[in-house]
Amino acid sequence: MSNSLGNITTIAKRELSAYFASPVAYVFIVIFLLLTGFFTFMVGGFFERNEANLVSFFLWHPWLYLFLVPAVGMRVWSEERRQGTIELLMTMPLTPWQAIMGKFLASWAFLALALALTFPVVVTVKYLGNPDLGVVAGGYIGSFLLAGAYLAITCLTSALTRNQVIAFIISVVVCLFLILAGWPPVTNILTKVLPDNRWIVELVSAFSVMTHFEDFQRGVVDSRHLLFFLSVIGFSLFSTSVALRSLRS
Amino acid sequence: MIKVENLTKTFGPKVAVNDVSFTVQRGEVLGFLGPNGAGKSTTMRMVTGFLPPTAGRVTIGTHDMLEDPVPAKRLIGYLPESAPCYSDMTVHGFLSFAAEIRGLRGNAIKTAVHRAVEMCFLENVLHQSVDTLSKGYRHRTCFAQSIIHDPEILVMDEPTDGLDPNQKHEIRQLIKRMGEKKAIIFSTHILEEVEAACSRAIIIDRGTVVANGTPQELKRKAPNAGAILLRVNGVAAEVVTGKLRAVDGAERVQLVKDENGTVTARVFPKSSANGEFSKAVGAAAQGWRVEELHIEEGKLDEYFRSITASDTAKK
Repeated sequence: MSNSLGNITTIAKRELSAYFASPVAYVFIVIFLLLTGFFTFMVGGFFERNEANLVSFFLWHPWLYLFLVPAVGMRVWSEERRQGTIELLMTMPLTPWQAIMGKFLASWAFLALALALTFPVVVTVKYLGNPDLGVVAGGYIGSFLLAGAYLAITCLTSALTRNQVIAFIISVVVCLFLILAGWPPVTNILTKVLPDNRWIVELVSAFSVMTHFEDFQRGVVDSRHLLFFLSVIGFSLFSTSVALRSLRS
Repeated sequence: MIKVENLTKTFGPKVAVNDVSFTVQRGEVLGFLGPNGAGKSTTMRMVTGFLPPTAGRVTIGTHDMLEDPVPAKRLIGYLPESAPCYSDMTVHGFLSFAAEIRGLRGNAIKTAVHRAVEMCFLENVLHQSVDTLSKGYRHRTCFAQSIIHDPEILVMDEPTDGLDPNQKHEIRQLIKRMGEKKAIIFSTHILEEVEAACSRAIIIDRGTVVANGTPQELKRKAPNAGAILLRVNGVAAEVVTGKLRAVDGAERVQLVKDENGTVTARVFPKSSANGEFSKAVGAAAQGWRVEELHIEEGKLDEYFRSITASDTAKK
């Protein structure tokens, strides 16, 4: 057990150092922070709202992550395949599952770091008013899980191709679907088309990250939503292991 | 140490490796020969556990590669064909990572990296990023990775590919030295390499093993092995071949070259060459100006060509 943890740590350390070995990591963090700032204050109307909360901040996360998370995760497996290093990795004394977890956790930690660097927003709202810090914490937990779900999907698409660009595009499409299935404009259309079958609309929107992210923004950490994100992550990573196995046979 | 039984691999309808079996003991260096696309790399990928076999079994030490992959992989050092390295790391970082994933910790990593760097002459590029390295250095970096944990078993797919003649020589010497204590498999299509470094060779063609033996044994099977080569000056070709054909025990005579009055001919004995036969040939040549007379040893590449069908020959 400690051995498998050791292997996961070794892989994760290598992945993280790979991010910071190139300027891409810094560029990514800067872009992420600029965009969150722009959307929170300019588009989201943080000051005009005149409320001591971070609704205008978290509101944009599903859309920001839509492009930024696949950009972080697209290289995870496709680069490994393109360079042929997958042959080294898979002949080293570790299980494919340890490699998958190590890589996923490293990228997730990187996203967590980027998210943590948005702390000035919290400082700002705390300085200006008296926000409910529990709600803020809920929002951060939800945002972190959301990033993890997108990332796991990107890991899967990345394992399916040796081309990073294809991995990026497929991930964006899949994540976009996960947003749109529960996005009010889309669910409204669905309700109009199927007025008698509300359950179909509910079923479709149950697959959406929007439905599950909403409660977190209100500070509610519901086990159902937690379960949703964790099962998206679990399912995607399991599929990644299947994809990697089929690749080798 | 390595036991391969009835290994078979198919990719769709294509049979890449068909019923290959062999064993490698400690202290043995097995050369894996074959034309391009014969199934060498596929076999090695199955031995190292990268590809699961369609049928058959690989046993590493006492561990079955399919059922018990992690302990089996721990015993192996592997140099894949294209010598892949993580190009975003420095040589030192890459080797430290390899040592760590092989289960080394703390000071043991430093010692292992230092040893591998010394063996592969990487001191000059230690802190250089892998993607700035020349092909030879990159190859040696991957080689260093495969020996970082001093494995009992080494599997190397074309270890001298892309190296200059000096580096080729170094690597061959290194393989030979390490072969005294380890079980080594390496593939190549350079035949001198087999004679220089292997204690045994397997020739594989279109997925099946067509020959297995020491380099000497294989050489003896070459079509020209045992024949007597005679080069004389100032005698007509017909006279030479006619007289040689009459030699007792000669099966056939082949005229190799007839140029500027110098005739080169080859006499094949009926049974394997012996002293009697060479004496008889010597007697036949009495009175000629003999420039060369020797029993041919046989060449590995002649044997190789005689048993493997090359793509170009088929067309």
